Order: sequence, then C-alpha cells, then structure tokens
Amino acid sequence: MASGGKSLFQKVWDAHVVRTLDNGQAQLLIGLHLIHEVTSPQAFGMLRDLKLKVAYPHRTFATVDHIIPTDTRQQPFADPLAQGMIDALKAACKEFNITYFDVESGLQGIVHVVGPEQGLTQPGITIACGDSHTSTHGAFGAIAFGIGTSQVRDVLATQTLALSRLKVRRINVNGQLPVGVYAKDVTLHIIRVLGVNGGTGFAYEYNGSTVAAMNMEERMTLCNMSIEGGARVGYVNPDEKTFAYLKGRKYSPKGAAWEAAVARWKACASDKDAAYDDVVNIEAKDIRPTVTWGINPGQAIFIDENVPSPSDVKDAADKASIVEALEYMKLKPGAPIKGTKIDVAFIGSCTNSRMSDLREVAKYVEGQRVAPGVKALVVPGSMIVQKQAIEEGLDKIFRAAGFEWREAGCSMCLAMNPDKLVDDQLCASSSNRNFKGRQGSPTGRTVLMSPLMVAAAAIKGHITDAREVFKLETAGV
Amino acid sequence: MPLEKITRVQGTGVHVPGNDIDTDRIIPARFMKCVTFDGLGQYLFYDVRFDKDGKPKGHPLDDPKHKGATILLSGRNFGCGSSREHAPQALQKFGIRAVIAENLAEIFAGNCTTLGIPCLQMSAAEIAKISAAIQKSPKMNIVIDLASQKVSWDGGSASFSMKAGACEALMKGEWDALGQLLDGKDQVAMLASRLEYFKAG
Repeated sequence: MASGGKSLFQKVWDAHVVRTLDNGQAQLLIGLHLIHEVTSPQAFGMLRDLKLKVAYPHRTFATVDHIIPTDTRQQPFADPLAQGMIDALKAACKEFNITYFDVESGLQGIVHVVGPEQGLTQPGITIACGDSHTSTHGAFGAIAFGIGTSQVRDVLATQTLALSRLKVRRINVNGQLPVGVYAKDVTLHIIRVLGVNGGTGFAYEYNGSTVAAMNMEERMTLCNMSIEGGARVGYVNPDEKTFAYLKGRKYSPKGAAWEAAVARWKACASDKDAAYDDVVNIEAKDIRPTVTWGINPGQAIFIDENVPSPSDVKDAADKASIVEALEYMKLKPGAPIKGTKIDVAFIGSCTNSRMSDLREVAKYVEGQRVAPGVKALVVPGSMIVQKQAIEEGLDKIFRAAGFEWREAGCSMCLAMNPDKLVDDQLCASSSNRNFKGRQGSPTGRTVLMSPLMVAAAAIKGHITDAREVFKLETAGV
Repeated sequence: MPLEKITRVQGTGVHVPGNDIDTDRIIPARFMKCVTFDGLGQYLFYDVRFDKDGKPKGHPLDDPKHKGATILLSGRNFGCGSSREHAPQALQKFGIRAVIAENLAEIFAGNCTTLGIPCLQMSAAEIAKISAAIQKSPKMNIVIDLASQKVSWDGGSASFSMKAGACEALMKGEWDALGQLLDGKDQVAMLASRLEYFKAG
C-alpha cells in the first residue's frame, strides 16, 4: 500500500471492507441503516420468504415520512394504500425488533432530518438507506448513500452490501457567500457546472473556506443534492462544528466514550496530502441566487438570467433537451425567469426543512403576506423541528403571513401523500427534484430554489429576487 | 440460492429516446404505494404513455410493432434520480431484459444488475444504428453477448461497455449478491466487534 495521505472516503471505506467478493466488489459493513415505509416492505417480505432474521437489529432505525399526511395524523389515513404501508412498517419493526421513530414517540420526521438530530449520524461511519438523498448524512463526514430495496434486504440480513469503490472528486468552494446566497444555491450551482451525471462513479468531497464556514444544516443541504449531480456520496470533513452539533444528542457517545469518539472522528478527516481523482475549484463570489428553469436539477440559471434557447447550443440532443424542457415548463426561450407566475410555494423536504431554514424565512416574512391565489406550505422536517419552531413562535409568523403550517413529512417534494400539485400548477419549491410530474400531477411544474427565494415568490406571486423583496444588503460586509 | 448464469440476452428491441430519463418518469411515485412489486409492469412510463383519462398517447412501448420487445434503448443518464428499485422492477415486469444507453445513473444500474438485467453503454451513433435497424425491421433479433461484450443485429454489430463487476456477476450467476454476503457472516461479525461505534450501538 503506497504511503501518502488518504481522503476521508478512502479511510472510512477501507475501515469497513469485510472482504473482496468474486467479482471484485467489496463486501462493505454498514454502520447505520435507516429505513422508511416506501423501500422497506418488499425487503422485509424477502426476509420472510427466505426465513432470514435481521442480523444486527440495533443498527437499523425506522421512521415514516413519504406517505404520511401533513394535515392530520389521524389514522386510518384517507388513502388505504398509505395506511397499508404504515401498518407494514410498524408490524415489521415489531417482528424484527427494530427501533421505530413513529408519531407516538414524538421523534418522527423525514429520515434524513431524524438521523442527524438523534445523533445517529456520525463521522467515520458508513450509512445506507433506501432513499437517494441519503447523501445528506455525508455532511457529518460519513460515507452515506442511497440503495434499492434488494439492497435494503441485504443490509437487514447481513449488515453489509456488495459495492464498487468510488473515485473521489474534491470540490473546493472558497470565499464568502454573497448576501442572499445560501447552501442551496451552492449545490444547485455545482450541479449546473458539473452536470447531472458529472458525478457518476464519484464521491464528492466538499471542501474550501465557504464549506468550512457553513453550519451543519447548511452542510446537509449541500450534501443532500450530491445525487442530483450523479454523485452517490457527498461529504464534508468533520470539524469542531460537527462535534458541537453531536454533543449530548440521544445516540451520541457519552462520558469517556465521547472523548474517544472525538479522537476517532478527528482522525478520519482527509489528510492534507490526500490524493484525489479530480479537483474542482469554485469561487463563492461567483454564485448568485439560483433557480431551475427545466426538468432536471442541472437546468438552472441565476435569478437575473434568462431562460435558455435551443439556439444557445450546437449538439442536436442538447437542443432537443432544451425544447422538451421549455415545452413542459411552458416557458419562452430567452425570457427572464423573474416574473414567472407561481401557483404554489413549498418550503420543506430533506433539503431545506431544518431550524436554520425556518428561522431565516420567518425573519423576513414577518409582517408580510402571501400573495392572493398562492397556496403556500411550510413543512417542518421532523416533530422535533416542529416543536422547536413553535417554541420560537415561528409557526405564528408563518400563519400570520398566510402560509399553511404543517406536520412533519416529505409532503410535496414527491407527493406520495395528499400534498400534490393540480394540473399544470407551477410550484416554487425548496426541494431537490424538478422532474416531469415530480410533485404529484403529470403536468405539474417545479422550480427549485432556496427557502428564502420560495418565500419571496410566495409573497410576490411570481419568481423573484429575494434580495430585492427583502432588501438584503448588497454592500459587502 | 442458485441464480441463472446470464451470458447472453436476445430479443427484439424498442427505442425510448431522450436524455436524463429519470426514475419518476419510469415509474411515477403514486404507483409506489405498494408492499410488493407485483403488478408494477402496467405502470411503466405511465404518464408518458397515457393521458389523464388513461388513453394511450402512442408511446413506442405500446406500438404493436414492438410488442414483446425485451431490449430497451435510450440516451444519456438513463435512470437518473431516485434509488427506487421500483423503476427496474417495473421494467422487468413489463418484460425488459436488458437496457442499452449512452450511460446510466449509478444506483439505477446497480439495481438492474441485482435483478439480472444487464445495463450496457454504447455511443449515441451506435444506438442510432440499432434504432434505425429496428425501425426497418421491428421483429429483428438483437443478440447481446456478455463474454465478448458485443451486440449483434441484422446487418451490424458493435462493442459495448459495462461496469466490470456487473458483467462478471451476471455471467457467474452471482448478480444477486445476497448469497455471497451471507457467506461472509463470520468475517462480518469479526469486523463488527472491532469497530468501537458499532459495538456501542
């Protein structure tokens, strides 16, 4: 083994390899397994068919998030299929002795909000979940990735997965973010620059002074959308902020174990002389509030730019992609994106539904009103976030401004619950995907942006520049 | 659990053109409210194939010329988006046995391999050639040979690339890794006992 520094990815990967399989893949031990109701039922079904038990039940934790209604938790749910799924999860957790953060526990929420707030997500471990936004947990310096249902079965039955080692691309974001530019804009910008499949086969290491300056929730937003850029894994090296966040949380180590853990966590960060397969440098000052205009997260522009035109590109397939997107989104080529009328505004999702997101929005919408005709939702990421927000009076601010204040869940991000778009409604959304039909209507249109940009659009009734609406300082600090 | 050794896939083809065809399009989320994968085939590409009244929109998958096709061709970044296995499951239950694309999203391709569905990468030009041949004679047999990594069809053949581990796994009948993973049980226990955080959990 050559000497020389290792990246966090290499260290954590190597520490979790059980053995090499016949086809060259690694059998990788999974330190933490998170499950939810959509991608687990068939996995449990397969276990039962094969008469297998869960190998290490204490390493799997469950919650319900995708199908749960956000207006009322009353069961039975209006949707019998959704009721069937929550019943199946509850039964499976009981049968296989798995901790289930259900509504009764007061700890339920979006799985990628719950893991970190419970102190389950820690540096230097491997984390898997049947959901592609599992990359979120990489914010803590974990190798965290999404898996399919058969793989959920594999983790339940063996606590391991067969995986191919990823290459590592280091993305340095340097400098101070301009006013009104958030972690959401950084991640949208990275995907725009590197492309929606630029990261395929890579883990992304987010580094640089901008990332170091981010708090843990911002780092989670950043890592969350790694998969939209094709990178299954995205992470930030752990530091004092990481340790401070984790201290005292329910599943965090305590006492002497805490000191030992911090020492381990410090050691798993990338070495200064680590080698990477690729390095990309981005200047924070070049990033402006970003919104998508098309039908994948890479089709994005700054708020003050115009929607592209097919004539902007040479390649026939690229032209076709632009035409298809503009047709679906009903946008005019070359027109400003600012001023596009919205029908719905959604603040929520595993990307942006944590306390710092809600506080920032509340700060600026206090005293303002959602435009007539706009349906605006604020959906806290978990029951703990909800409780904290209520303690701080944020719920009153949102309601007074005309936002609906909801219970915790995935809600309108992917509309497997009653929160759906109708017909070709256009939604300003703080979520992570703008694919055709994503938000519950086959013709519904999604424009991704930061939570504050959603709030500004809600107030104006059209896509707009939050920096102008809320008079954010433009002079340098 | 002995799995079939997959060395060759053959059948007729159908081209679903476009780049960045995502998993929400392949299987809309509202059809994922299920506790089994049964019956997913009918919902494949549902909103692209049917209008809001359930009437067919004339999608290639519903073209009688392509009935029974087992090989799907597409563009760049096929299967991007979610890790949902429902997408490859819908493809498999519809009857698709192999996917040929310019490139594929990683989680999607891995899920396909686990189901025994080879995912091949070929250039846009080669895919266009095969597509043209399918248009001329829809019933033409396409043969995918994993050992030689070649696709052959009436009047042509070309090489493809596949993720190394996937190709080997399919050919050896180890494409569903569970059996092998279970075999490593003792070594897993040994590693688990050595990791501080794992023991503590």
